[in-house]
Amino acid sequence: MEVLNTQQGSSFSDGLKRLLPGRKFLIATPYLWLMLFFLVPFAIVLKISFSEMIMAIPPYSSLVELVDETLSISINLGNYLFLAEDDMYIKAYFSSIQIAFNATLLCLLLGYPMAYAMARAPQHMQTTLLLLILLPSWTSFLIRIYAWMGILKNNGLINNLLMALGIIDDPIIMMNTNFAVYVGIVYAYLPFMVLPLYANLVKHDHSILEASADLGAKPWKTFLSVTLPLSKSGVIAGSMLVFIPAVGEFVIPELLGGPDTLMIGKVLWQEFFNNRDWPVASALAMVMLLLLIIPMALFHHYQSKELESTNEK
Amino acid sequence: MFKPDSRTATVSAISHKEPEKAVMGSTQDQPMLKIQNVTKTFDGALAVDHVSLDIPKGEIFALLGASGSGKSTLLRMLAGFEKPTSGRIILGGRDITDLPPYERPINMMFQSYALFPHMTVEQNIAYGLKQDNLPKQEINAKVNEMLNLVHMTQYARRKPHQLSGGQRQRVALARSLAKQPQLLLLDEPMGALDKKLRTRMQLELVEIIEQVGVTCLMVTHDQEEAMTMAHRIAIMDAGWIVQVGTPTDIYETPNSRMAAEFIGSINMFEGQITQDEADHVVIESHLLNAPVRIGHGIATALENPEVWIAIRPEKTRITREKPVTDSNWSSGVIDDIAYLGTHSVYYIRLDSGKIVQANMANTERHGERPTWNDPVYVSWEDSSPVVLNN
Amino acid sequence: MRNKITFSNTILILGLVFLYLPMLILVIYSFNESRLVTVWAGFSTKWYGELFEDQQLLEAIGMSLKIAFWSSCMAVVLGTMAAFVMTRYNRFRGKTAFSSMITAPLVMPDVITGLSLLLLFVAMANSIGWPEERGMLTIWIAHVTFCAAYATVVISSRLREVDRSIEEAAMDLGATPFKTFFQITLPGIAPALAAGWLLSFTLSLDDLVIASFVSGPGATTLPMVVFSSVRLGITPKINALATLIILAVSLAAFITWWFMRRQEARRLQMMQLGDDFFDESEEESTKTGDIERRRIKSTYRVESTESAAV
Repeated sequence: MEVLNTQQGSSFSDGLKRLLPGRKFLIATPYLWLMLFFLVPFAIVLKISFSEMIMAIPPYSSLVELVDETLSISINLGNYLFLAEDDMYIKAYFSSIQIAFNATLLCLLLGYPMAYAMARAPQHMQTTLLLLILLPSWTSFLIRIYAWMGILKNNGLINNLLMALGIIDDPIIMMNTNFAVYVGIVYAYLPFMVLPLYANLVKHDHSILEASADLGAKPWKTFLSVTLPLSKSGVIAGSMLVFIPAVGEFVIPELLGGPDTLMIGKVLWQEFFNNRDWPVASALAMVMLLLLIIPMALFHHYQSKELESTNEK
Repeated sequence: MFKPDSRTATVSAISHKEPEKAVMGSTQDQPMLKIQNVTKTFDGALAVDHVSLDIPKGEIFALLGASGSGKSTLLRMLAGFEKPTSGRIILGGRDITDLPPYERPINMMFQSYALFPHMTVEQNIAYGLKQDNLPKQEINAKVNEMLNLVHMTQYARRKPHQLSGGQRQRVALARSLAKQPQLLLLDEPMGALDKKLRTRMQLELVEIIEQVGVTCLMVTHDQEEAMTMAHRIAIMDAGWIVQVGTPTDIYETPNSRMAAEFIGSINMFEGQITQDEADHVVIESHLLNAPVRIGHGIATALENPEVWIAIRPEKTRITREKPVTDSNWSSGVIDDIAYLGTHSVYYIRLDSGKIVQANMANTERHGERPTWNDPVYVSWEDSSPVVLNN
Repeated sequence: MRNKITFSNTILILGLVFLYLPMLILVIYSFNESRLVTVWAGFSTKWYGELFEDQQLLEAIGMSLKIAFWSSCMAVVLGTMAAFVMTRYNRFRGKTAFSSMITAPLVMPDVITGLSLLLLFVAMANSIGWPEERGMLTIWIAHVTFCAAYATVVISSRLREVDRSIEEAAMDLGATPFKTFFQITLPGIAPALAAGWLLSFTLSLDDLVIASFVSGPGATTLPMVVFSSVRLGITPKINALATLIILAVSLAAFITWWFMRRQEARRLQMMQLGDDFFDESEEESTKTGDIERRRIKSTYRVESTESAAV
């Protein structure tokens, strides 16, 4: 394999590298695993997105066929055309991105002050606070979404409370609306926003803030001109960690959303499990991937930057 | 600094090491370490540039240089962490250039000490011995001997984080000596200690190394450290060796401007040789009021009369009266004074505008001495200046 | 600065309330007598009884635990290798691709991962006849793949902090790279390995979407059972299950917290103890009575008071 040819470049630990036996094995094992179970599957999705749905097992036609010693390759663009023609799909993409974007913004607005407060908290409390933020994400995701079903229902906790207090007469419809989806996403993904932000903010040298104050900047000015720009990579990492999975979210729109909540993850699920149309589901996945490639590259860039900066410290 | 009983213990340690050396095939007149024309490039950038050095057995040798001078790279090549781009390294008559670090009879004391945090002092010292699969008893005996050598017996069960900086250093030293290496490497040995402790540990370290008799190569950027600890020093700059010599050689007879300026402070004047006799030399400099007369002959080629004259600040005198001789002085005005306790450094602006440093020992508590803007004369003995080629 | 009521502190408290209140409500209603989850009808533990009689649910729990256990073990092995490659090998052909393949699963939407892996398994079954049927093995592979990404991130951030010179020191003392890794590097990153394992374990236990795609008829995991029940509406049995999960996680978190706290306290204590010992021993050595020693002691004093001040 070409990847294993590593006798190039000489960095500072060049000598060390040379000495480690099993280096090839060490690189090859995770590499091959990821190639086989992460990269190759996308190639297959791409392939199937160009095939036709047929009533068979598996339910798709093959692209390359050898009939009577002639090799025929049929690339079927039909699935993509189908997606473009039916505006339901386009709407689904659009509203997925919109919902994910708004939810990310909400997470950021709520998560930034939380992370900031954590990073400024006394040293002995920081571990405890960190555990408190992390703990919910260790319990079941499904059950945390389920909890909101009981709260947001027409005869759920909020409505019962409000009606008992006489504030409203008829229940407010919250369940099966986009509002519920927002609540669900913010609730489920908030820890993923807070964590990278905290990790970034806690590294800031406190004396920088003091220097800014010393030079006459008011606290909010210091925040805008010093803290916020310095935490840029944390903001981007956190936002991408919320935005990208939220675009493809299935459980939240399924459980909390209504029939008019169009999200692409849910559409793909239905296309695959209900309609058993694997080629269209594959095409949907490919388009979604295409839309997410820029955010993913952004995340990758800042993620590696974040790791490097811990290294320098 | 050492109790007599520990001294005898180490002597015995050395004695059973000697025959082993003989088997290795090294003869007495051959240097212990030979570095032959070693070069190292990183991505095309030259880090070490054709360095050759011979280090005899039992010597403490210091590589002195600023960061980026290539001294650490050279050290890492000796330890085996880097491979030379070209050149050979020969230790005790054996070419070790291609050996990995774990097969070299060389041990290193790291700048950060690199003690294993999850092991006790004892386990740290025993680690290298265990790699050789020695019997347990032998390891224990050796560890105790080492603990005794560095006076750490009572801390044997401590973990590194329970030790002070000086104690950590002793453990690191014991660990690197436990395997009786043919060559001991010290990487900035005092780098992790505070200034007060440094002076004491420098002497202690040298004493232990000399007791054991191991050949030692250290790397440092601190000239005081190099001069205190080493028998010989090599000044490194930009990957090559500027000068090799004893501390006295390097300080008193630098071979170039680079070497002269690297160690201590020095005043430099451009000049031309006007008389070059077997017993004296006269040099004229436009920076000085009087010519410089040197009381001995110098070996320079007369084709190039342009030279540099170098005079150390402590080899000058400041007087209010004009010196009676017609050479080796210049007049000026005191520009600045730095009071340093033991002595003061005077910065004198000569008539030519050149600033000269002159030291004056503070031998009296409240003596009358020249002050700012006083007109003074700077003078020196005819043996003080060093003439350097342009 | 302590306990100051600032905007950010207020939001932090509100945020924590927001995170914990729904779970608290879930726990309270698990003890509700009534089947109608939102109406309180007295204290009862009958739903817990029903939970333990639900054979399908118990089987699913067993299945999920088994998959999670083996997935996290493999994920930590792969993650350690990948982290080592990422942090120790500065350059090799394909490193960018490698690091992208490691970070991408962190954010990849589950539906895409699930779909692509299923299509892979189907294609493989068609062409090489393996895997014969989808089930535990295919879920395990899928979970290892995305858990390994998380494990890599956790482990590599610790690996980066490990002082490289202690690895060099081990090799300098004659340990081969292999021995160095197991005797020196591994003990240093053990907490990160544990953290990576636990994270993988919870992620695997929690996954619904990917498992739904790659599973076959034989293998039903806990989230799949919960999902099909929740889809139909609210049932107090799920509340009881949720309470048990929250309890288990809180207990694990509390134990972690307690150990971390204790370790920190012990470390501080040890360091103080170290200084005390230090003074004592120096006292003793002055009894040997030479002036040199006394001089040493005074320098040590300075040092130890300095370190105590820190």
